[in-house]
Amino acid sequence: MSINESHGSPKPPSMRTPLGRVRSLGSSHSGTTDFWRQRITAVAMTLLIVPVIVVVLMLLGRNQAGAAQILGSLPIAIILLLFIVASAWHMKIGMQVVIEDYIHNEKLKLASVMANNFFSVAVALASIYAILKLSSGV
Amino acid sequence: MVEFALPKNSKITGGKVWPKPVGATETREFKVYRWNPDDGKNPGIDTYHIDINDCGPMVLDGLIWIKNHIDPTLTFRRSCREGVCGSCAMNIDGQNTLACTKSMHDVKDGAVKVNPLPHQPVVKDLVPDLTNFYAQYASIEPWLKTTTPTPQKEWRQSHEDREKLDGLYECILCACCSTSCPSYWWNSDRFLGPAALLQATRWVKDSRDEATGDRLDNLEDPFRLYRCHTIMNCAKACPKGLNPSEAIAELKLKLVERQI
Repeated sequence: MSINESHGSPKPPSMRTPLGRVRSLGSSHSGTTDFWRQRITAVAMTLLIVPVIVVVLMLLGRNQAGAAQILGSLPIAIILLLFIVASAWHMKIGMQVVIEDYIHNEKLKLASVMANNFFSVAVALASIYAILKLSSGV
Repeated sequence: MVEFALPKNSKITGGKVWPKPVGATETREFKVYRWNPDDGKNPGIDTYHIDINDCGPMVLDGLIWIKNHIDPTLTFRRSCREGVCGSCAMNIDGQNTLACTKSMHDVKDGAVKVNPLPHQPVVKDLVPDLTNFYAQYASIEPWLKTTTPTPQKEWRQSHEDREKLDGLYECILCACCSTSCPSYWWNSDRFLGPAALLQATRWVKDSRDEATGDRLDNLEDPFRLYRCHTIMNCAKACPKGLNPSEAIAELKLKLVERQI
């Protein structure tokens, strides 16, 4: 535990009462969906990680034709696609939590959350496209 | 970004070393955070030596001994001296706890280091400003809320339902937990903190209360509730042995339960 106290005469940011400041804009009635999705994707990744590692080991040292042959198998392609969706979603929620924790400037926070969404979707779509391309042999 | 460093005027500089008590055969060193709002100086750490043969065993006994025998200007809150009122919560040897129930002999190495509760504005010396903490407690509306007309006698509750409040009702609002929580350090303006959330759980779980849904509505927010990342400093710090982290997990479970 770090000693990180500030001090000085407490200067409230406005003349609002302490309760008014705590109530502020009220509850957003959200957060539970993200909380639940983070758990679902965590459990999904736990279940998928062993098959994914097996697939990666199978792919080691193979050329593109060999990889395409392995990924041509429907169950293998599905396992990888599920893992990509679960991990990208988990990554997006986790990163958003970190942004909300540490970035207090509202404009920077909005921009970071937006960039995080774009990045996660881009990574997921690029990975999905790669798997589909290899597995369809195009 | 969050501030990881202390503001310039909060940085600890120097401090006075007070002379050892005359005639004492056994002494214990105390290093105590001092800050006076009136002298315009930065905070410092003062060093005192107490006569342990003339003093009770608890850290609070030591602080009272210092105030009575060495330095009457040392400022701290205390009242019940038996772990019931929560007034003397402070950071002792790096851990938030109550000075009245923490034995100075449990601090093994060197001096007994005493600081105010972390990351709160300091009023003077070991007295933190807990205005925001109390407002957060008020915001969870800690009283029985009912629509049904009040019965002629008391609101009835089964023994089983009463037992569900064990581990919650004992909270004395000393603020050891909330001020030990990193999420509270970074976001105490929006995150309610472990103490207020444990108290909220106490009312959400009370079988006599008729506003459970409204209470959950009020809490369901990425900042008010979901800043808790189960770090569990709160459970480690609680001088009453409670587990706010578990209480918060129960709130989250109830919120999931009502939407799936």
